[in-house]
Amino acid sequence: MRLSRMAIAGIATIGLMLTGCTTDQPDNDATSPQQTADGEWFVRADYDRQLAQRKVTPEGSADQPWLQAIEPEWVDTSKYAKDGPAKICFSNASVSNPWRVTGWITMQQQVQVLKDEGAIAEFRSSDAADDDNRQISDIQAFIDAGDCDALIISPSTTATLTPAVQAACDSGVPVIVFDRGVNTDCAVTFIHPIGGYAYGADGAEFLVENLKPGANILALRILPGVDVLEHRWAAAQEVFRNSELKVLGDEFTGGDGAKIKDIVTQYLQRGNVDGIWMDAGDGSVAALEAFEDAGKDYPVMIGEDELSFMRKWKDANVTALAPVYSNFQWRTAVLAAVAILKGEQVPAEWVLPQAPITDADRDDFLTRNAEMPSLHYAKFGGEDLPGYPDAWRNR
Amino acid sequence: MTTSTKQNAGGRSALAGVARFFTGGSGTVLALLIAIFAVIFTLNPSFAEPPSLMAFVKKAAPLVILAIGQYFVVVSGEFDLSVGSLVGAQVVFAALMIDGQESRTVPVILVMLAFGALVGLINGLITTVLKVPSIITTLGMMLVLYGAIRMLTGGAPTGALSESFRLAGRHGIDVPVIRQLPWALLIMLVLGAAAVLLMRSPYGRTLMAVGDNETAAAFAGARVWWARTSAFMLSGLAATIAGILIGGYAGVTAQVGQGLEFVSITAVVLGGVVLGGGRGAVAAAMAGALTIEALFTLFNQLSLPSTLRPTAQGLIIIAAVAYASKEWGRRRRTEESQGVHQHAVANS
Amino acid sequence: MTGVKTTAFRLRPQRLGITPLVYLALVGILLIGGLLVAAQGGNLFSNANLVYLLTQSSLLGFVAIGQTLVILCRSLDLSVGYVVALSSLVAATTMAGDTSRIPLAIGAVIVVAVVVGLVNGLMITKLKVNSFIATLGVGLIIKGYLDTQYKGPTGSVPQAFQAFGYTRMGFIPLSTVIMIAVAVAGIFFLRKTRTGYHMFAVGGDTEVARMSGIRTDRTVIIAHCLCALGAGVAGLLLAARFGTGSALIYDSGYDLESIAAVVLGGTYLLGGRGGIGGTVAGVMILAVLDTVFNVLAVDPFFKSVLRGVIIIVAVAIYARQQLSAKGSRVRFPGGAGTSRPGRSGPGTTRRGTTQPPPSDPAPAAAVTADQEVGR
Repeated sequence: MRLSRMAIAGIATIGLMLTGCTTDQPDNDATSPQQTADGEWFVRADYDRQLAQRKVTPEGSADQPWLQAIEPEWVDTSKYAKDGPAKICFSNASVSNPWRVTGWITMQQQVQVLKDEGAIAEFRSSDAADDDNRQISDIQAFIDAGDCDALIISPSTTATLTPAVQAACDSGVPVIVFDRGVNTDCAVTFIHPIGGYAYGADGAEFLVENLKPGANILALRILPGVDVLEHRWAAAQEVFRNSELKVLGDEFTGGDGAKIKDIVTQYLQRGNVDGIWMDAGDGSVAALEAFEDAGKDYPVMIGEDELSFMRKWKDANVTALAPVYSNFQWRTAVLAAVAILKGEQVPAEWVLPQAPITDADRDDFLTRNAEMPSLHYAKFGGEDLPGYPDAWRNR
Repeated sequence: MTTSTKQNAGGRSALAGVARFFTGGSGTVLALLIAIFAVIFTLNPSFAEPPSLMAFVKKAAPLVILAIGQYFVVVSGEFDLSVGSLVGAQVVFAALMIDGQESRTVPVILVMLAFGALVGLINGLITTVLKVPSIITTLGMMLVLYGAIRMLTGGAPTGALSESFRLAGRHGIDVPVIRQLPWALLIMLVLGAAAVLLMRSPYGRTLMAVGDNETAAAFAGARVWWARTSAFMLSGLAATIAGILIGGYAGVTAQVGQGLEFVSITAVVLGGVVLGGGRGAVAAAMAGALTIEALFTLFNQLSLPSTLRPTAQGLIIIAAVAYASKEWGRRRRTEESQGVHQHAVANS
Repeated sequence: MTGVKTTAFRLRPQRLGITPLVYLALVGILLIGGLLVAAQGGNLFSNANLVYLLTQSSLLGFVAIGQTLVILCRSLDLSVGYVVALSSLVAATTMAGDTSRIPLAIGAVIVVAVVVGLVNGLMITKLKVNSFIATLGVGLIIKGYLDTQYKGPTGSVPQAFQAFGYTRMGFIPLSTVIMIAVAVAGIFFLRKTRTGYHMFAVGGDTEVARMSGIRTDRTVIIAHCLCALGAGVAGLLLAARFGTGSALIYDSGYDLESIAAVVLGGTYLLGGRGGIGGTVAGVMILAVLDTVFNVLAVDPFFKSVLRGVIIIVAVAIYARQQLSAKGSRVRFPGGAGTSRPGRSGPGTTRRGTTQPPPSDPAPAAAVTADQEVGR
């Protein structure tokens, strides 16, 4: 009895200490972003390279951004050349968010075209529902079945999928990795847009340019521990560190609109927020609504090329930027697989362009996507596919 | 029946009711709620201003309503894991059906309410008639709703909510001083009052008795299966209304509703309602929901690093529930001797 | 006591009946799945598919075996997913790519897991916190630690230990062999050791168990430690498969999935009845579903719907089979020692007199377990 009461008191004390001793911590965080900026997620070489790649003109036709490549190093794939229609296998991490849903539709439409052309005979996919262990099994099953001519992998987590991807490469099948990478370069090609640092810096630089020194910034993030997202934040921190903007805080929202609106509302009760940086556009409209409901002027806003945000951007006439994590890479992966099986050269690291949408081209993208649902991504790059627009609209 | 139900059923004087409320589980949650608000006000006096409080209530109302629904189910001895999925499904369904057209708002809301009740009915019948444990029934329902709504929309929400749909969750009546009296607050108060009255009615007493001891309740003539099934239906309706408020508050996102099942159960337990049924007050469950929302606000006001918040939340919840459980134990022992005495007197 | 004894005899055939029923369900699902796959021109029993099936089952198996013990004690562990994640990180960071540190890492995982289990158990028994809230709270505490401490996959697992995740004999993965071995050990533990019987008794009726001299708190705490240990082993397996440790796996839903597997395996959520043999079949059922859906490339959202429906239907069938045991329907598995004793306080004596014995399976189950001792 006494023991247990002491235990309760102990828990309560720890709880209070935890809340108590961390009260002054945010100051630490705010004043020393180097902690993370030079920390685990920040690799200066990658950061510098990605920022430079934004200015490089990609090779290939601008009409087909999904086939463009930045500073490609072409590799010979003639040893994978194969006659006749191919069987292509795809291990998907999940379709658990609108970005992946949009990409997955585009990919299927591209596959249909290639099937009609006779390049693909069969396309098999498995979905791991964001479970790394299941995706390892999925990949293993494709290897064991032994009848895939090429294997496309969209890894669920970078480090954890490395052994499975390595095993896939060792089996002799040409492997195509896209979106998140893995810690091995055994894949024939690794397809990805410029990357998280560029994405994060695009938004952060826009805030620096459009806000006066001393203005307050709030960072809204989805969740911790995911490299593509952490890189975005690490780059933003690096940009903010060299600016005179004040970062009020960084909050995890899970992409949930209600949580985002609540957090922004609370920050507004405590003072002014002049700019919002987000590591992904989910729920950016809810953030803007929090300003409306509080009767405050809109902040300078960083969203994403998700249409709900872009429409709000136009309607409410917000100063904003939509960084883009190019959704059309889903198409590129299939095209790359077919190219490899034809023995055509592909870039070893296929860096796709990743240009943010600005005030200048916003209306153009809105017109092009006028019929699309609100959680569709403007730069999905599937307008020329025969299924357009119904496949994306009436899904 | 235990002494606690007797007290409820007997409808003791209001004074005793108030006294009861401030001791045991209900007292703990109230004390915690007051303490949290005291800290928030100290840290940030501007939070005590009416507009800030109203903004807080607007955010908290959906969880309070969910907690009311969850309370009915928990007090009848079951629990409902499907509410989070149901909230998400309802909001996404509303956006799909309304598709931005004002004229469809009311019909769609009616369909949603019917659907919420239907989900509750199915949960209830599977649990009571097919004898599937409610944790499995509602876990299955959670999976079904999660998948079905995404099949319907092709994976991500489509369509849009109308302005009038969003009225309840987002707007309010303009009044001086507090600037705006949110509809959400009014809805919450009305539903809360209705729930308190319902628990005092014969239906509420039956529900409590069923949760306390279903065999005894059945001997006393209660229709156990219907009591539980209707509790699930009330939970489905509450989740629907919570969904209308959440959708109104923040619009449609793919993640809406995620994790609310655990938060609502935690809220109810924090309010001193006992998992397993038969004990606890609905007002305390509502206070539990407010406490959880206040806790999130506190963390935000403290600028507690985002990553540490789950730890602090876990510690505080466990400490509060452990404390309430000790209090309850102490009170039970004193009441028990009296109770046994009463029992003997009644028998003689 | 005689009344109770007859109940026990009446219950016994049903208790024995449930595990064969679960295996029957497994065979049925295998057959239906096999036919469906064959109709599409595939072979569910091909090497690749069997490997997939068994690999999927071994991970959940470790967690579910532990969860069975906890549920038998009428408790619940919602922290297992976080323990799996924590263990994978402890393992990977302790090994740090060095083969000689493998035993140290295994030891560290055992210590960490047992400590978490101990905390869970102590909260439930000594602080009287309902198991649902206690383990949910402990899960949140671990989540906060993981999010703060590990910014992503960390640590490195040497090749020698990755063998645990990748070695296989024919189509049987090493991890499955170990999982089955653990299951067999668990069955022996439940049937042949004193603590094992006590678990049935405690889950049947804590108060009765206490009166018959069982140290109920100790039993519940041991169950929670073993459950966390199971999750720890699952964490080791994941570390071996990932080659590193990952915090994000706590989102993979092992908590509810393991509970579903245990119930699918015929164990009563109310405690006191069931066993590990059934759980293994429950795990296999889920793995077969996974494999069939995967081979048939079922739409991921439809997959979720089917899983939900199948879980409910399967449990409804078991429940039907057991309907004769009136009033034994499972409700909430209150933390052992919280709600029940409270309710039965003045009523323990009353129970025997005012209620018909069949409506109260608890003491019967306790005795049933004891009778198994005799066999």
